[in-house]
Parts: sequence; C-alpha cells; structure tokens
Amino acid sequence: MSVLLIAEHSNKEYRPFTLNAISAASEINEDVHVLILGSNSDNVAKSISEIPNVKKVIHVNDPLYENYLAENYSSAILKLAESYSHIVCSANTFGKNLMPRIAALLDVSQVSDITKVVSEDTFVRPIYAGNAFATVKSNDRIKCVTIRPTSFDPAPTSGGSAEIQNGNPGDPSNLSKFIKKEEIKSDRPELGTARVVVSGGRGMQSGENFKLITAVADKLNAAIGASRAAVDAGYITNDHQVGQTGKVVVPDLYIAVGISGAIQHLAGMKESKVIVAINKDGEAPIFSVADYGLEADLFDALPKFLEELNKLNTIQK
Amino acid sequence: MKILVAVKRVIDYNVQIRVKEDGSGVVTDNVKMSTNPPDDNAIEEAVKIKESGKATEVVAVSVGEEKAQETVRKALAVGSDRGILVKAEGMIEPLAVAKILQKVVEKEKPDLVFMGKQAIDDDCNQTGQMLAALLNWPQATFASKIEVKDGSLEVTREVDEGLETLEVNIPAIVTCDLRLNEPRYASLPNIMKAKKKPIEQINASDLGIDTKPRVEQVKIEEPPKRKAGIKVASVEELVQKLKNEAKVL
Repeated sequence: MSVLLIAEHSNKEYRPFTLNAISAASEINEDVHVLILGSNSDNVAKSISEIPNVKKVIHVNDPLYENYLAENYSSAILKLAESYSHIVCSANTFGKNLMPRIAALLDVSQVSDITKVVSEDTFVRPIYAGNAFATVKSNDRIKCVTIRPTSFDPAPTSGGSAEIQNGNPGDPSNLSKFIKKEEIKSDRPELGTARVVVSGGRGMQSGENFKLITAVADKLNAAIGASRAAVDAGYITNDHQVGQTGKVVVPDLYIAVGISGAIQHLAGMKESKVIVAINKDGEAPIFSVADYGLEADLFDALPKFLEELNKLNTIQK
Repeated sequence: MKILVAVKRVIDYNVQIRVKEDGSGVVTDNVKMSTNPPDDNAIEEAVKIKESGKATEVVAVSVGEEKAQETVRKALAVGSDRGILVKAEGMIEPLAVAKILQKVVEKEKPDLVFMGKQAIDDDCNQTGQMLAALLNWPQATFASKIEVKDGSLEVTREVDEGLETLEVNIPAIVTCDLRLNEPRYASLPNIMKAKKKPIEQINASDLGIDTKPRVEQVKIEEPPKRKAGIKVASVEELVQKLKNEAKVL
C-alpha cells in the first residue's frame, strides 16, 4: 500500500497546493511517493525530496513534459500505476483535468475533491457545492482521488531527504499541442488563496461604484470578489465571481457588501473563518451566516469603514 | 462536421437542496429540475458553430431516467437538430456515463463532443476527461473560447494561473466553462418546433454497460450549520470587533 502523488509544478518550483495534497496523501498512507513529470525540473525534484512526508521521489526529466498536457502525462503515470494502491493529486484545474483520464484508463471510478480522509478507502467530499457532504467508500483496486487543497494544512517543507529515482517517460500522444499560457499578473492576492476577500453584489449599483470596494481591498491587501448578480449585471468580470458557479474561497476574513446571500453565493464563501455582511436590508439571508452584520447603506458605510481602518496603527497583511 | 453535446438533468441551481433524514441522499421529489448550467453553454457553442456554417448537425444526448427527456427537449428548443436519451435508473457514476457515451460516439461518429465542465449535483468533474481517455481523443477542459480550424480546434482554457491555449486535433472532447458564451433562451415558436424533433430512446442495459456504482455512498449529511453572529450598530463598532474580538485586522 503506497500512495503515488502527481506533483504540479512550473519546472522551476512546485505549486504551493502540492504541499496540502501531500498532507492529505500521508493521511491515506504514510508511504507517499511523488511523481514529477517535467523538463529541466531538477530543482522541483530536489525541493520535494526535502519534504519530510515524502518517502520517495520519482523524477521523469524529458522535453515531452515542458508543458503540461493530460494526454502526455497519463501514459507515464499508467506505467507506474499498478504498483500503487492510490493515485492522488490536488483538485485544482491541474488535477481535475488529469485524474479522470488516468482513472478511466485504469477502469476505476474516481473520488473527486475530498475534504477529509476517514480511512484508506473512505473519504468525505462536498456535493451540491458544499450544501451536502457525502461519505464515500471506494471499492476499486486502485483508488484515484483528488484532494481539495484548502481542506488540508500544507506539509512542512524541510527536514526530509527522500531518495530521488529517475523514471521513464511515457509515449508522446501528438493529439494536442500547447500554444501559450497567459498568467494573470496582479499585485493583489489571488482570490482562491487570499487572507482577506472583499466582495460586492448587486447593491453596488454600478461597476464605477466598485472603486469603493477596491479602496478597502487595497487597504487590507485583499482580493476582490463579487456575487453572480454583480457579474451578470456587468459591474465586474466573472473571474471575480464567488459561489457555486464561480470560485470557492475560505479566507480568514470575508466582507460581503451589498450581497443579499443567494444560496449559490453562500456555497462559495460560508466556510470563511470570519464573515462580515454590510447590507441595508436587515432581512437579507447573508446575515444568517455573518459573524458581524451591519445594517447600513453601503455608500455611507464603506467610506466610513475605510476611514476607521486608516485610524488603526497596524493592519495584518 | 457533426457535434454531439451531452446534457445532464440536475436540481436547479437556485434550489436550496435538502438532505434526506436517513442520510441516503438528497430530496429530489417535487424539486425543480433544470439543465446543468455549463451544459447550456456547451449546447450554445455547438449551435453557434453550426450557425457559422462550420458544423452541419448538433445532436443532444442525455443519460438518465425517462424525465431527462425534458432536458434533451430543451436542447432541441435552442437549436439542436435531434436528441438521444439513454435510459438508466439510479445513480450513474461518471465512468459509466463515459462508457455509455463512448457507445453513442461509436454509433453517431461525431467530430466533436461538447459538455459542461462539471455537473452541479455530484460536482465530480470527470465525464468529459474519461470519455476522452476511453476514445483516445484529446481533451480541452474548462473552455472559455473555441476556434474551429482546419482539422483542429484552438481552445482557451480557464486554469488557476490564468488562461491557457491548446490546439487539439479533431475529433476532440471539449468541456465548457460558464464564461464561454451567453446561452440563449428558447423562444415559444422554437419550443413548439422542438416538440416535433426526434428523440431516439436507448436502454443503457442494451448497450452492454454495467452501470452498477463502484463507489459506495456511505452517508449524505448536511454541512455543519454556521451560527448567525451579531449585528453591530456602527462602522466603528465593526472595526473594533474585527480588531479586538475576531483579531483579523
């Protein structure tokens, strides 16, 4: 019984969520092996070998893996799969794209997006956008599992010295070709990992008014979110959308401004540690999940909020 | 070029779901059902490609109980040419759905298969990728832009770090993101016309696919309830509470 974890990386460094996936993997079984498919990716192999939870690193260094394509990745993984009881990776766009392709080729049913490891074959996963939780038991001989990174703490990054073994590349598929990647560069933290998120809803009344949100977000070094209603109304682009059909966020502080709290929005933010709601409708459903509710007109409250924040000597970053 | 679009009937995204008391599942009786939202984007894109003259036929397929026919019918009302319903009872796992769709693809021989990136009921996000694996076709998941080229597609994908562009050979599987397009509404005349469009019915069992679940559903539970907190009287009080009580500022 060993777990094979497929690492997500940029050929220079591993992506941070790999650490969370490694924690979950070692809850399944302590014998965690990490597979790195990369090109000129020695640094990635080295830094992963230093993670104490990792017992072995398999490094396949080949130009075929300069860019990540599920079609190319899967054949290399299949060559190793039969020696493992579990194949896991994080349930972000990388793992969501990759794992079902492997599972189908192994003829096993995948368990997606687990938030808890109950035992080696039993896991908890959210369904209906987190409006229910399913405990599921996999009866397949090899278990293909993707891990919701925000549900597990990151593994420690130093102190380990796992053996690095060189592995063999798989067959090139030639079915698809990487063209380009445009990374969205922003000084602002990413919505999915930000410590603080400030979100606006239909109550903002216009895209122009989102500058009130931006000002507060700047002050708090926060990411900017939005409800689907605000996106549908064209106030803001939909990469800011929080909710069932947008992003699921779990910041330390979530500030919902002018958001009524439709079910589909709550699904995306109700796991946040502290929730603040500012809304002039005292009956708005958002207040039922808010730790601190302020019934007020946001156009008065937001400038005042910024003023009060400016009075504080220090603000956590 | 022929495009097959897979659509799923799910509980409408505006419905607050309820977990059954015995933990066996979610209440679906007398609950409003709709097409899985990103499947609407998949249909819209296929119909747009047909309207641009680059495709000749759009076929909508659904796997599910008899009532999933309504979902296929809705796809016909927004421009699909004909429908297929593969009847199967109970919970059908993505792997089984992919195997059923593989049979449909072998029969229909489409050049492209589109579907939503994820179903909003089981949130598995597997079927498209699994179908691509079984057919040994390329996959472009989370598509927010599709350009039809000669013998290939150029697809822009929504990934965590931003946008990624791939070229995939045709035949290909594309799973669609909500950002891909704005699905149209069915007009009344088109709803009437859709009633005359053919829907072929097939039994999953006749395809020789074992749909028995491989993953046991041990129990379904409500998420832990979040307690409502307090109302504060002023912005000053709010900032003080956040600073001194919640300690998040």
